[in-house]
Amino acid sequence: MFLLGNYLHLHPNSKSVRFFLQMTNKINTYRAKQAILAILFVFISVFGFSSEPVSPADSVHAVTTSEHHAEATAEGHQNADAPVDISKIAFEHILDSHSWHLWGEGHDAVSIPLPVILKTENGLVFFLSSAFHHDAHGTVVAKVSGQRFVNYEEGIYYASETPNEEGQYLSMSKNEKNENVLSNAAPLDFSLTKNATQLVLSGLILILLFTSVARAYKSHGVTSAPKGKQSFLEPLIVFVRDDLAKENIGPKGEKFTPYLLTVFFLILINNVFGLVPISANLTGNIAFTLVLSVCTLILTNINGNKHYWSHIFLPHAPKAIWPILIPIEIIGILTKPFALMIRLFANISAGHIIIISLVGLIFIFKSIYISPISVAFALFIDILEVLVAVLQAYIFTMLTSLFIGSAVADTNEDGAHNKDDDKLAEAHH
Amino acid sequence: MFSTVILASLIEPGIGLIFWTSITFVLLVVILGKFAWKPILNAIKTREEGIEKALASAESALNDMRELKSANDVILANARAERDTLLKEARETKDAIIAEAKHKASAESDRILTSAREQITNEKNAAIDELKKQVAVLSIEIAEKILKSELSNDEKQKTLVTNLMKDVNLN
Repeated sequence: MFLLGNYLHLHPNSKSVRFFLQMTNKINTYRAKQAILAILFVFISVFGFSSEPVSPADSVHAVTTSEHHAEATAEGHQNADAPVDISKIAFEHILDSHSWHLWGEGHDAVSIPLPVILKTENGLVFFLSSAFHHDAHGTVVAKVSGQRFVNYEEGIYYASETPNEEGQYLSMSKNEKNENVLSNAAPLDFSLTKNATQLVLSGLILILLFTSVARAYKSHGVTSAPKGKQSFLEPLIVFVRDDLAKENIGPKGEKFTPYLLTVFFLILINNVFGLVPISANLTGNIAFTLVLSVCTLILTNINGNKHYWSHIFLPHAPKAIWPILIPIEIIGILTKPFALMIRLFANISAGHIIIISLVGLIFIFKSIYISPISVAFALFIDILEVLVAVLQAYIFTMLTSLFIGSAVADTNEDGAHNKDDDKLAEAHH
Repeated sequence: MFSTVILASLIEPGIGLIFWTSITFVLLVVILGKFAWKPILNAIKTREEGIEKALASAESALNDMRELKSANDVILANARAERDTLLKEARETKDAIIAEAKHKASAESDRILTSAREQITNEKNAAIDELKKQVAVLSIEIAEKILKSELSNDEKQKTLVTNLMKDVNLN
């Protein structure tokens, strides 16, 4: 304890603690927002589910025992009296899908078919998602180049030979916990899903937008004042360069500015797109945030200088606690980008779930009179989400720059306080 | 009552989207980096440098002007000082000239006075001598006239001789 206390005592000025404090300050707003969301979520849960025959506890139970209710509602044939499963609708909205759904339900749905690309045992298979006829319950088999596929909850599986009692070309088996588990094999799914399509589209928009801005500098000259979108985007670019890259990374920040700008604007544009109805929830998808945080992880560690690595493998602490510290530091390498991944994904998804839940109140109560409350709250959350869209893009970029900054910093000051550490350590001995 | 499949797909990153995101993101970083960020950042930097340079040159111009002004002030002060010196010198010269003139004048007047006095004395002496001579001449003339008148007749001559003889006798 003494040694650990000593270590902690020695490090209030150290990089990690300063970093933590800085982060805590910057994330305070974000915490406050989360608290609001949490309160609203509880409020909605209590209101929303208490009127239903199925409580949240039941729904968890239902997952493990039966798929019947899910099927009944998901078919789109439910009558007005059947309970509406808001959580299912909410999750369907925030999850990826193989077609770009516009409006309508079930077989009347209008959607843009998207290319399905599968890496099967017999090579790559291409077809359009319209082959499933809006089905996502495993009831429609798409036969392509001699292979049969079904879409079950937007996952593509090899179809079973015969349908089960619910008409699904799926076979269920019980696992050791007595849960129904899909036993169909699945090909590797490289489809251009709704999210992937929006990603590509947003990428194209960014390229068009910023190359045109770049051209504006060329045509108007650098001495004239910026015009139009140039004048809107330039402050943002300068903000990322000065207040994120240079502020957190230092003089080396210039090298990372283009990367940070790409991250910032890609997240920002997709956060904003995500707020538009019928658009995809790309930044609320864990695969997207995973790739971005892995890039942060790679960039941080390939740019890590000897100070960075010595901080991890040769911490300025008594050797006795090295066996504890070094694993913690190594885990720390991974937890930072991991938190980055979860933060963006959870924030954006949570916002979308709340909005859908608020709208869902109308269907839960089966009353039009609840709609003013739903609309008012949904509007409030929507406005909050605009803030969150910008804030989360900022936080992701800021933390990325902070991580890179901690890896590339020339820690002259660190070197100075290392001497102090040594002195103090000697004094304690 | 969402199924485990949905829940799983929420937190399990899909391989397809990972694949497309990786490709798109890397391409985006490269393309935007080359065709957007590089020219934009360079342009902004050039402009900032231009502004900085303009500000610096304005500052230096201001400094130059200040220096010029202070130089002017110095020159002006010097000129003023010189003027004062010149005036002072002139005054001194004037005073000196006047003083000298006065001195010379008084010396001259003294000399003139002295010579005048001398001349006057000389003239006076000469006049006195002349007067004495004149008096002597006159006295002789008078004496001659008196003698002439006294000795104009025999009677008188006899009386005189008698008188003189009487005196002699008495002696």
